[in-house]
Amino acid sequence: MKLAADNGLPGLGRVVIWFNDPGNWWGSTGLLAHVREHLVYTFVVVCTAALIAVPVGLVIGHTGRGTTLIAGTSNALRAVPALGLLIFLIVVLSPRIHIRQGLGSTIPAGSVPYLIPALLVLVILAIPPILTSTYAGVQSLEPAAREAAAGTGMTPLQVILKVEMPCSLPLIMSGLRSATLQVIATLTVAAYAPLVGGLGRLIVDGHQNLRDLRYGYPAMVAGGVSVAVLALAVDALLNLAQRLLTSPGIALSGTRQRTNPMNSQNPVQNAG
Amino acid sequence: MIRFDSVTKGYPDGTLAVDNLSLDAPSGQISVLVGPSGCGKTTSLRMVNRMIEPTSGRVLLDGRDTASIEPAELRRGIGYVIQQAGLFPHKTVLDNIATVPLLLGRSKREARNRAAELLELVGLPQTLAGRYPVQLSGGQQQRVGVARALAADPPVMLMDEPFSAVDPVVREQLQNEFLRIQAELSKTIIFVTHDIDEAIKLGDKIAVMRVGGTLAQFSPPAELLSRPRDEFVAGFVGRDRGYRALSFASTGPLPLAEEPTVRLGDPLSAAREREKDGWILVVGQDDAPLGWLAAGGLTDEQAKGSAGTDLLNLGGTLATKAGTLREALDAALSSPSGRGVIVHEDGRFAGTVTASQVLARIETRATRLREGAIRSATGVCS
Ligand SMILES: Nc1ncnc2c1ncn2[C@@H]1O[C@H](COP(=O)(O)OP(=O)(O)O)[C@@H](O)[C@H]1O
Ligand SMILES: [Mg+2]
Repeated sequence: MKLAADNGLPGLGRVVIWFNDPGNWWGSTGLLAHVREHLVYTFVVVCTAALIAVPVGLVIGHTGRGTTLIAGTSNALRAVPALGLLIFLIVVLSPRIHIRQGLGSTIPAGSVPYLIPALLVLVILAIPPILTSTYAGVQSLEPAAREAAAGTGMTPLQVILKVEMPCSLPLIMSGLRSATLQVIATLTVAAYAPLVGGLGRLIVDGHQNLRDLRYGYPAMVAGGVSVAVLALAVDALLNLAQRLLTSPGIALSGTRQRTNPMNSQNPVQNAG
Repeated sequence: MIRFDSVTKGYPDGTLAVDNLSLDAPSGQISVLVGPSGCGKTTSLRMVNRMIEPTSGRVLLDGRDTASIEPAELRRGIGYVIQQAGLFPHKTVLDNIATVPLLLGRSKREARNRAAELLELVGLPQTLAGRYPVQLSGGQQQRVGVARALAADPPVMLMDEPFSAVDPVVREQLQNEFLRIQAELSKTIIFVTHDIDEAIKLGDKIAVMRVGGTLAQFSPPAELLSRPRDEFVAGFVGRDRGYRALSFASTGPLPLAEEPTVRLGDPLSAAREREKDGWILVVGQDDAPLGWLAAGGLTDEQAKGSAGTDLLNLGGTLATKAGTLREALDAALSSPSGRGVIVHEDGRFAGTVTASQVLARIETRATRLREGAIRSATGVCS
């Protein structure tokens, strides 16, 4: 495909051309490979963050201890600029990481010293939304239900796992969703670290080739659009998972009494 | 038996919630803790299942110190019902009821079968089994709460104002069913309420507590009404305790009067012929009284019709033949004809009594009690 009038400037037409070129889709530096990397990184980051934030949030919600500390730390973490932290961590951590091997095409050889700081930044960013919503979910449970749980002879661990966690699932999931969206979006910044993949590669590399009209701006736009589409798709999937995982009893009580302010950003209320 | 042995609970801020409570709640009976708000009822109750630990003193279950039993294990053997029901919102009714059997390691199938039995016991239809707590009324939730507490068949039940959050009509139903279930199961129950009427209705023994967490009196209800130990108890039990004491006096053989009746649907002309003092009692096909009809006031034109429910005065209450003097007196006082309707146990009409006849029986009984009291008082002195 050729442009009708090639004026030597970037334009949407060139983005269309970019998307229409199979060479930009396939291969180890193609769009699909970057999408895959983006998804793998997101998965690893969100799982790591959840493995830390959900248990901590559950315990804090259960005991009611350490809430002010957590609220303060979470807010402080939210204020940290991702790029600044990334650069800082690369400078501090990368020289100390001596792993040079790679793993398949997602982790090229030599990328680990950069990948670890990059993903660490994202884990730090993903923890606050999961932590605060988990904690809020447990707190929103009716005190009588918690009292009854202990009163029927559940151990504290059973109270957490059998009652508090399933009841706070909609809020935990909404925390996971906002963390995931944030990670998907912020991963583009991670590409400032060399050898780290993901859709940010298109944006950062495109930015370094702005004079190449076929590659520069079109690649950046393609990267941005892909991130947006990916975010929507992943969020839709998580939304579905949330509906499937939430007990109808909880979903119904959500529609009847929106007691928790966080419920407003929580579309599962209309399920069932 | 549940024994409170000099139990005290103090909080760091200096509040004495329960002060040196000693009390034996007898096995197989309902012991009610009653008293004004903040007098330490809930605290006392929660020390039995170690939801709260006493500062000093012991709570013994059939002689065993509860402090020596693991809290979770202890609680699985004690049914616990609280005011807001506290059902688990994410579980169905059936799974809520099955909670304790599952905790005790029964199979899911066994636990659910048991839960289905309990649903029936507490008077809920099986169609509710798959519902979630939000889909239930307050009264239904409370029944599920009772069923959940009973599921593992614990010998002991603790109930903290279980019927306080429902409307009066439902409360009365729940109380009646609770007594029916207890008659069947004979659990050792401690029941907390702030409502003296509920205490008197449900309790085999009543512990009146005063603010500061001390026990004022622990007696059967009739004794509490007839012999309150001090000003506080007398005041708490209330003014009309003389009248309420009649709740514990059976009527004995009442002089039942024959009463002309008509059946629902009979011609009103018949009702007009047989009325007494202007009123006639209308009964159903099964002889159960339905209401009074003011037959004396019917015009010739009206009398051509038949006795329908729309003409009935439903003001009168019913008393059973084997019931209490309070019921009988109330039946007489509330009847529009002045003749109180007495029924057999199965609900068939038995006869009527007037208020003065009931009062005569009350007098006879009171005389007997007075003489008894004088005898026992002199007996104590000598
Ligand atoms: N954690 C606590 N700290 C201090 N005082 C408390 C605490 N819990 C309860 N109390 C006090 O103990 C007293 C008894 O409370 P409670 O047993 O709940 O009363 P009741 O159930 O009879 O209304 C009240 O005065 C209450 O304020
Ligand atoms: Mg209380």
